[in-house]
Amino acid sequence: MIAHSIFFYTFSLIAIISAIMVTVSKNTVHSVFFLILDFISISCLFIMIGAEFLGMIMLIVYVGAVAVLFLFVVMMLNVAQQKNQWFSSREISRHIPIGIIISMIIFFELIIVVGGWKYKPDLITAMSLTLNKDVSNTHSIGYVIYTDYIHIFQLSGMILLVAMIGAIVLTFIKNTEVKSQSYFNQISRERSDSVEMIEVEKNKGVKIDD
Amino acid sequence: MIDIGLGHYLMLGAIIFTIGIVGIFLNRKNIIVILMSIELILLAVNINLVAFSIFLNDLTGQIFTLFILTVAAAEAAIGLAIIVVYYRNSSTIRVEEINSLKG
Repeated sequence: MIAHSIFFYTFSLIAIISAIMVTVSKNTVHSVFFLILDFISISCLFIMIGAEFLGMIMLIVYVGAVAVLFLFVVMMLNVAQQKNQWFSSREISRHIPIGIIISMIIFFELIIVVGGWKYKPDLITAMSLTLNKDVSNTHSIGYVIYTDYIHIFQLSGMILLVAMIGAIVLTFIKNTEVKSQSYFNQISRERSDSVEMIEVEKNKGVKIDD
Repeated sequence: MIDIGLGHYLMLGAIIFTIGIVGIFLNRKNIIVILMSIELILLAVNINLVAFSIFLNDLTGQIFTLFILTVAAAEAAIGLAIIVVYYRNSSTIRVEEINSLKG
C-alpha cells in the first residue's frame, strides 16, 4: 500500500508538472515533449491501478501516433520560433483574469462533485458489467467489445475512416503542371468516338483534320 | 493520505482538466498549444472514467475510454490538417492574427 501511494504521488506529480509545462513553455516543440511525458505518466498510472490494456493503448496511440503527428506539424510549419508568451500580447491583461476566474469556477465545481461522491458513495448502484478478477483486463475488454459494444466499435472505426479521408482531402494539393493518365477516360472510350469509317471516292483522297 | 482511493484520482483528473482550460484561455500566441490543451482535457476525462471503472468494479468506463481515445485521435488529425491548410493560405497560425470572425 505504501508503494502504491508512492508511485501514485510520483506519477501524478510528474503529470501535473508536465501539464503545466505544456501550457506555459515558450517553445512549441518543448510543449509537445511535455505532452508526451504527461501521456506516459498517466498511462503508468493506468497500468498501476489495473487497466493495463488502456495504458498500453494510450502509449501506442497517443505517444506513438498523436504526439508524433503534433511534432511533425510543429516542425513542418516552422512555428517553433514563434514564441509562446502569455503576457506580451497587445491586449495585455484583459483575457487573463477572465480565464483565471472561469477555470477556478470549473475547478471548484469539480471539487464539489468529488466531495459529493465522498459523502454519498452509493450514488450509482446500477452496474452493467462487473469486473471478473479471474481473467485479465485485456480478456475482459475483449469479451464485451466484440459482442455487446460491436455497433459502437464499428462506428468508431467509421469515425477513424472519415477522419483519415478528411485529413487527406483537406491537405491534398492537385498538381496541374504534371500530365497524368486519366483511367476513367481511357476505359470509357468507345469505338464510335474514336474510329470513323469514311467512304473514299475514287481519285479524290481523304482529308484528315482540316 | 497514504491510502489511495477514488478521490485522489478524481482530484488528479480535476487538476489536469483545469490546467487544460487555463491553457486554452491564456494562450494567445500559438494555436497548436490550444489543440494540445484539448488533448489534456480529454486525458483528464479518461482518468476519471478509468478511476470510476476500477473502483466501482464496472468495465463500462474502460470501454468508453477506448472510444474517447478513438475520437481524440480523429480530432487531432482533423485539427492539425485544418491548421496546415490555414497556414498554407495565410502563412500564420498566431491566435492574435486569426480574427476573420471578429471574435
